[in-house]
Amino acid sequence: MKVECINMKVLLLTFLFLMPSFCILASSNDAKMPKHEWSFGGITGTFDRASIQRGYKVYREVCSGCHSMSLLYYRDLIDIGFSEEEVKAISAEYTVQDGPNDEGEMFERPARPSDRFVSPFANEQEARMNNNGSYPPDLSVITKAKKHGADYIYNLLLGYKEPPEDYEIGEGMYYNEWKEGHQIAMAPPLDEGYVDYDDGTENTLPQLSEDVTTFLVWSAEPELEVRKKLGIKVILFFIIFGIFIYISKKRLWREIH
Amino acid sequence: MEKSPEQHKYKNSFLNWIEFRLPIVSYIEKEYKDYPMPKNCNYFWSFGALATILLVVLIVSGIFLAMNYTPHTDMAFDSVERIMRDVSYGWLLRYMHSNGSAFFFIVVYIHILRGMYYGSYKYPRELNWILGVFIYLLMMATSFLGYTLPWGQMSYWGATVITNLFSAIPLVGDGLKTWILGDYTVGNATLNRFFALHYVLPFVILGVVGLHVVAVHVHGSNNPAGIDIKSKGDTVSFFPYMIVKDTLAVCVCGVAISVIIFFGPNLMAEVDNYIPADPLVTPSHIVANWYLAPFYAILRAIPDKLGGVVLMFAAILILFVLPWLDTSKTKSCNYRPVYKWFMMLFFVNFFVLGYVGMKPAAGTYLLIARIGLVYYFVFLLILTPFIGKFEKPKKIPASISDILKDNNLSKSEHESGMH
Repeated sequence: MKVECINMKVLLLTFLFLMPSFCILASSNDAKMPKHEWSFGGITGTFDRASIQRGYKVYREVCSGCHSMSLLYYRDLIDIGFSEEEVKAISAEYTVQDGPNDEGEMFERPARPSDRFVSPFANEQEARMNNNGSYPPDLSVITKAKKHGADYIYNLLLGYKEPPEDYEIGEGMYYNEWKEGHQIAMAPPLDEGYVDYDDGTENTLPQLSEDVTTFLVWSAEPELEVRKKLGIKVILFFIIFGIFIYISKKRLWREIH
Repeated sequence: MEKSPEQHKYKNSFLNWIEFRLPIVSYIEKEYKDYPMPKNCNYFWSFGALATILLVVLIVSGIFLAMNYTPHTDMAFDSVERIMRDVSYGWLLRYMHSNGSAFFFIVVYIHILRGMYYGSYKYPRELNWILGVFIYLLMMATSFLGYTLPWGQMSYWGATVITNLFSAIPLVGDGLKTWILGDYTVGNATLNRFFALHYVLPFVILGVVGLHVVAVHVHGSNNPAGIDIKSKGDTVSFFPYMIVKDTLAVCVCGVAISVIIFFGPNLMAEVDNYIPADPLVTPSHIVANWYLAPFYAILRAIPDKLGGVVLMFAAILILFVLPWLDTSKTKSCNYRPVYKWFMMLFFVNFFVLGYVGMKPAAGTYLLIARIGLVYYFVFLLILTPFIGKFEKPKKIPASISDILKDNNLSKSEHESGMH
């Protein structure tokens, strides 16, 4: 009886631990993706606000030339430390089509904080037309849409290299160590000094990449900080409540055993 | 007390008023307070309660999600993201729902595994087992439908692959597929009806769960020894003895699910589903929900499409007749020295099938899937009836109380030996 009990317990543990994790195992075939130290990582990690703001500057000055972020509103920028006035000023730099007005005409007006981020291209066809036939993906949730998330984006931005000698690279394509198949249509988007930071942070390539990745993770998971904070409370509740229940269980069952 | 004694059964007059008109109070008292549980039941007997609670959590979170979701191909993806970003605690609702369904499957798998290992499906609980398999089928359908709703790449292509299976059926296949989709390809009509069905099926599950619970309460719960209750001394009352164990199980499960919801909410999701559905771009490999992967592995292990579909459905439907495939009178595998190991192997095999189901169907993975497929059917169709006839079970204790007495004896012997 004892032995069988242990058998079943081992089996249960195997299932409990392996079932959720085996999908991760099953999906991660390149475990060599280098891990970067992120401010938002770990159980209590929070976003480095300054880094997100710098990252937004990188996005605005470089990435937004081709990549949309259509799930974001300008008002969302308040969450990363911009004041309402600043957000108004930022959104006013963009033009959106509105209407029809009382005369039945469509008209253009400056964007407001309640508008979504203005996309660089009117539609997918225009985007492809301007990018050698490739479609620059929307970046709103890109870190959730790629395996290894933030690490992938960061490594990708640093991963441009000369192709190996025997490697045949396609017309207008670039070699990138971390892209699946190593061919990427995006030209190296960042390099040292591409964006000037207002806060005096050094604008090296790794710094630019880290900042823009932090911005993208915030964009994909704006709830991250609230989520982790609430998580600690919920787990503590279950643990403390569980301890009381465990004690009651022991006392209740003492006479039975 | 003179006229109708029932009226003064309880101290609370309101309860008496209700009880006299609808005897629900005494029903609850009988089924959830005095209900006798075998006292040797271990924590595996808490997984039924866990599954019920998770089902309620899924239904409640799902209702709130539905209030904010738009079942239209142009808007579904954005409406899910809007829930995550702009609805108050929408991210919590959605992560509870998506990860809750995964945990629902884990818990139900352990519940099924317990039923198989301890022979809970045998006389007189066959109908209970059948209802359980029926719930499992409904769960698979519901989770598949739900997976379509966010309208990401995996949603779209998963729906395309699975509905394509129906076209393998001779003669009526293509017509059936079009009828299911409401169109020639997966499109807006499909999304609309999948949403409608995904909303209604959980309530059907809830109903069958009700029958499942009522059915198990008729003859009482099985126990790890698989022997019948002989006397009142073999049992404890449901309240408070089982409730306290179930509550502890809820706390442990709560910690596990919270770790995932709050610290790794996308660990069990496919990254491709955060890319909006695009009928022109096929993902490099289309994977099923991981909890359906064992059957996906069986499907792909057969080179012939129709053959794969038939075997996949057979693998599920065969479970309905398990009570009659098993010829052994002994319920619990604890007393079946041979069958026990094949049963364990069956569990491991199911797990391995799930693993290869997540991998591309080629090379070694395909070979493993085929071996796993053969064992799945050999175990159920050949080993189970055969071993039951020839195996010599261990000596079964006379009663549940005897087991506990023996245990305590050996425990005290062990302790005195230590000193």
